[in-house]
Amino acid sequence: MGTVTGYVTGINGNLANVSFDGAVHKNEVAYIIVDDARLKGEVIRINNGVASMQIYEMSNGVKVGDKVEFTGEMMSVELGPGLLTQVFDGLQNPLPELAEKCGFFLQRGVYLDPIPDREWDFTPCVKPGDHVQAGTPFGSVPEGLFKHQIMVPFTLRGDDWTVKSIKEAGSYHVRATICVIENSKGEEKELSMVFSQPVKQAVKCYDERLRPDEPLITKIRCIDAFLPVAKGGTFCVPGPFGAGKTVLQHMEAKNGEADIVIVAACGERAGEVVEILQEFPELEDPKTGRSLMERTIIICNTSSMPVAAREASCYTAVTLAEYFRQMGLDVLLLADSTSRWAQAMREMSGRLEEIPGEEAFPAYLESTIASFYERAGKVRLNDGRVASITIGGTVSPAGGNFDEPVTQATLKVVGAFHGLSRERSDARKYPAIHPMDSWSKYSGVVEMDRVEEARNYLRRGNEVNQMMKVIGEEGTSFEDYIIYQKGELLDAVYLQQNSFDPIDAACSPERQQEEFDVLFDALTQTYDLEEKTDIRAFFNQLRQEFLDWHGFEFKTPGYEEQKEKIKAFFMAKAVI
Amino acid sequence: MQKVYTKIETIVGNVVTVRANGVRLGDLALVGDSYATVIKLDKDIVSLQVFAGAQGVGTSETVKFLDRPMMVSFSDHLLGRIFDGAGVPRDKGPALTENMIPIGGPSFNPSKRIVPKNMIRTGIPMIDVFNTLVESQKLPIFSISGEPYNDLLARIALQAEVDVIVLGGMGLKYDDYLAFRDALEKGGAMSHTVMFVHTASDPIVECTLVPDLSLAVAEQFALAGKKVLVLLTDMTNFADAQKEMAITMEQVPSNRGYPGDLYSCLASRYEKAVAIEGAGSITILGVTTMPGDDVTHPVPDNTGYITEGQYYLKNGHIEPFGSLSRLKQNVNGKTRDDHRSLMDAMIRIYAQYKEALEKKSMGFFMTEWDEKLLKYGEMFESRLMDLSVNIPLEAALDLGWEILAECFEPNETGLKTSLIKERWPKKEAVE
Repeated sequence: MGTVTGYVTGINGNLANVSFDGAVHKNEVAYIIVDDARLKGEVIRINNGVASMQIYEMSNGVKVGDKVEFTGEMMSVELGPGLLTQVFDGLQNPLPELAEKCGFFLQRGVYLDPIPDREWDFTPCVKPGDHVQAGTPFGSVPEGLFKHQIMVPFTLRGDDWTVKSIKEAGSYHVRATICVIENSKGEEKELSMVFSQPVKQAVKCYDERLRPDEPLITKIRCIDAFLPVAKGGTFCVPGPFGAGKTVLQHMEAKNGEADIVIVAACGERAGEVVEILQEFPELEDPKTGRSLMERTIIICNTSSMPVAAREASCYTAVTLAEYFRQMGLDVLLLADSTSRWAQAMREMSGRLEEIPGEEAFPAYLESTIASFYERAGKVRLNDGRVASITIGGTVSPAGGNFDEPVTQATLKVVGAFHGLSRERSDARKYPAIHPMDSWSKYSGVVEMDRVEEARNYLRRGNEVNQMMKVIGEEGTSFEDYIIYQKGELLDAVYLQQNSFDPIDAACSPERQQEEFDVLFDALTQTYDLEEKTDIRAFFNQLRQEFLDWHGFEFKTPGYEEQKEKIKAFFMAKAVI
Repeated sequence: MQKVYTKIETIVGNVVTVRANGVRLGDLALVGDSYATVIKLDKDIVSLQVFAGAQGVGTSETVKFLDRPMMVSFSDHLLGRIFDGAGVPRDKGPALTENMIPIGGPSFNPSKRIVPKNMIRTGIPMIDVFNTLVESQKLPIFSISGEPYNDLLARIALQAEVDVIVLGGMGLKYDDYLAFRDALEKGGAMSHTVMFVHTASDPIVECTLVPDLSLAVAEQFALAGKKVLVLLTDMTNFADAQKEMAITMEQVPSNRGYPGDLYSCLASRYEKAVAIEGAGSITILGVTTMPGDDVTHPVPDNTGYITEGQYYLKNGHIEPFGSLSRLKQNVNGKTRDDHRSLMDAMIRIYAQYKEALEKKSMGFFMTEWDEKLLKYGEMFESRLMDLSVNIPLEAALDLGWEILAECFEPNETGLKTSLIKERWPKKEAVE
C-alpha cells in the first residue's frame, strides 16, 4: 500500500481542505508539509473528493498547494512502559523533552517519542503454544511501584492466535521484538513492549462490565459520606470561576484511593499545571510511601495551546486510563475542564459550517460527551481480575449558570453531581460543593438512610434560616432555632474541610464514620435549652469542640479524649 | 519578486478577496497603502482583512503580498515611543524597521514555567496588603464604565517596581490616551514605557492587533531578563472588535453575539503572562469593563475563567469582597510576619461592619459593638480603601494596626495574642 498524498486547496483557521488521490479514511491522521515542518491533523470530513482536516497546530504559513501526506492510521497513542510520571501535551508529546529540544516555546511540527528510549527487565508469563487474544498479558516489567504488564495489542482481531516464540527473562529494549504470535492461517505478528492504540475507540478487551458498587475514597468528608463517587463511576463538578473547581480536583488527585491518577488539564491555566508539577513530586502517597508523581500522568493542553488538540487531550487521557485498567488497576481520570473541550468542538463545527444547536454548540455535543463518560466503568477482565476507570470532569458554565448545554449534557450521563456554589465560596465555606443541590447515585462510607436523615437537618435548617431573614431572630421559635443551629453545625464541622490543614485535609473513611457517628448522635438529641443566647452559646461551643477534634491525629490519645469530651458535653444538655 | 494584483472580487465589511496563488495564511499584504492580513484561503481566492477598513477601497485597488506575517520591530529604541494598532508611530518619531519579530507567536512550554514568588509593589494598600499583585500574574480590573480605571492603571504604571511597561490601549477615548501620555511623561515613567494605542476612532481591525503587538514586544523584553508589566485597557473593546469582525465574516455567534472562540482569543493573550527561569517575567494587568455591572456578561465571565483573580473597581475603590488575587499566598507569607493575619482579621471585621451597616439601614437596634464596627468601617474606607492613598506595604500594615487600636480592644480582633503583644500600638495618646 503506497502512501496516499494530496495537496491543500483551502484553509480557514485550523481547518484545511485537501484534495487527494487514492483512499482516505475518516479520522485518519495526515500531515501538512509546510517548509520543513510537518503539521499533524485529522481528517474529520470527506465531501466530494475533498477531505477536511483539523490541524492540531497553529496553521499560519500554510498555503494552497502545500503537500499533504495521509498515514492511513487513526489518531493513536503509544502505550508501553515508561508512561507514568510523564507530562504530555494533547498529542502525547512529552513536554519536558520538548523543552530540552526546542527551548522555552512550543515549536510546531515537532513530535517526540512518548515512550522513553531505554531497556526494561522483562519476565515472560506465557510459553510457546499458549493461546492469546487482544489484551492478554504475555509478560511484565517492573516500573516504579507497579508490575507493568506487557499485553497483546488491543486491536488484534480474531481469537485463534497462539504464541510462536517468546524471549526469556532478561533486559530488552522497549521496541525490540520479544514475542511472536501466529494464527491458524499462518499469519505472524511480532510484538514489542509498545503498541499504538486509536484514541477514539473504547477498549473492550474485558469479560463483562460490572455495576460500580464500591466507593472511591477521596478523603473529603462531604464527598465520601454525602455525595459519594464509586470506583468505575462518573462525576462532574460544575462551578463558576473562583469557586474552587481546580483546588478540589487537585485534592482528589492527591487523596483519591486509586492506583493510577491521570490528570487531563484541558484548556485551563498553565500556572495550575505548574503547581501540580512542582507539588506532586514532593508529596508522599500515603498508601505506598512513594512520591505521588509515581502514580500520576499529566496530559496538559493549556488554554493558549492549539484548540484542536484539546479534544485530542481528553481522548488521549482516557485511552491511557484504559491501558492501565487492562492491567487490573483502578484508575482515576480527572478532566479539567470539559467545557473547554466542548468549546473546541464548537469552534470546529462553526468552521465546518454545520447547523448550530443551542448556544452554537454542535448537535452531536450530547452524544460525544456521553460516549466519553461511558468509557468509565468497572469491569471483570478476561482473567477474572476486577479493574475500573473513574472519570471526574469539571464543567465551567458560562456565567455560573447550570442551565447551559454542556452542564446539562453532562448531568444526563454522570452518576454524581458536585455543584459548586459562588455563595459558599464567597463565604469561604470549602469545599464549596452545594450540599442540597448536588446529588449522587452511589453509596458511600456511611449508610444512606442516616446520611439522608442528617441531610434533612441541613434542609430544614436552611428553611428556618430563610424564614429568619424575614421575621428576624426574635420571631423564631426555640425548636426551629435549634434545628437551624443543628444544620449550621453539620455544615461547619462535617461538610467543610480545611484543605490547608495537614491533618484535616485528608480524612480516612474510618475516621469519617466515627466522626459521623458522634455528630449524628449530637444532631438527633433533644436539648434542654431555653434561651436563644444559651442555644447559640451551646452550639458555638460544640462546634469549637468538633473543630478542635479535627486537629488531632486519628486514634491518638488526644483524639479519643476529645471524642469523649464532645460526647459528655452534648449529653449534659440532652433530654434523655 | 512581488506580484501586484489589481482585481478585487468582493468587498464585505473589512474583508476583501482577490485571486492569487502561492499566498500563505497569516501573511501581510498591502491593499492600496493600507496593511491587510490573509485570513482565509479557498483555492485561488484569498480573503484579506484590511487593517484600516475597506472604506473607499475600489475594485481596481492594487494588492501587493509582502510574503511575511505581521511583524513588529524590537529593540531598546522602542522605549519612550508610541505606536498605533498597526505598529505605525503615533508620536511623530521615525518608523522602526530593525530586528523585526513576528506577533502572536507560539505559546510557552508549561514545563518551563516556574511558580511565581515575587510581589510587585504598587503603593496601593488595597492591592499590596489585601490582594497582592504577583510577578507573572494575569489580573483584570473588572469595572463599570465611568469608574476611574484608567487613572488607577496610570498610577500603577507610575508606581510599580518593574523594568519595562508596555501599555496596550484599545478603543481608548482620545482624551484618555492624552491623559495616559501626560501622566507617564510627568511621572518620568515614559523612558521605560512602550505604548501601542488604538483610539476609538481608529479602524476596528487595529484594535485586535494591540494585545498581540504589546505582548510580542513584552515577551522579547522578558527573554532579555526584564521584569515587564503589560497594561491592557480595555479588553472589552478588544472582545467587541472580535465580535464585530466575526459577525461581518458570517461566523455563527455563540453567546450574545460573541464568537465561539472568545475564550481561546482571550486566553491566548492572557496566557502570555509568565515567569521565565533564568530570565525576566511578564505580568498582565487588564481592564475589563462590565456592561451593566454584570459579571456574567460573556467578556468578564470568560476572563474570570482565564485570569488568576480579579480586582473589582466599584464606587471609586477596589472592593475587598469579590476582589481576589489567587497567587497572593505565594508571596504574602514572607513580606512581614503579621501580613496574613492582619489581612484576614481586617477583612473579617470589615464584613461584620457591612452587616452592621445593613442592620442600621433597616432600623434595628444598634449595640455598642455595632457602633465600634461603624467607626472602624468608616476609618477603613477613608484611610486604606481610598484610591488616592499611596503608602508602601509596611506603612499600610502599621496603619492597619493603628485603625484597629483606635476602634477596638485587642481581644475583640480575633488576632493571636503573640502578634498583638508585638504589634499593638501603645495608646498613650488616647488615654
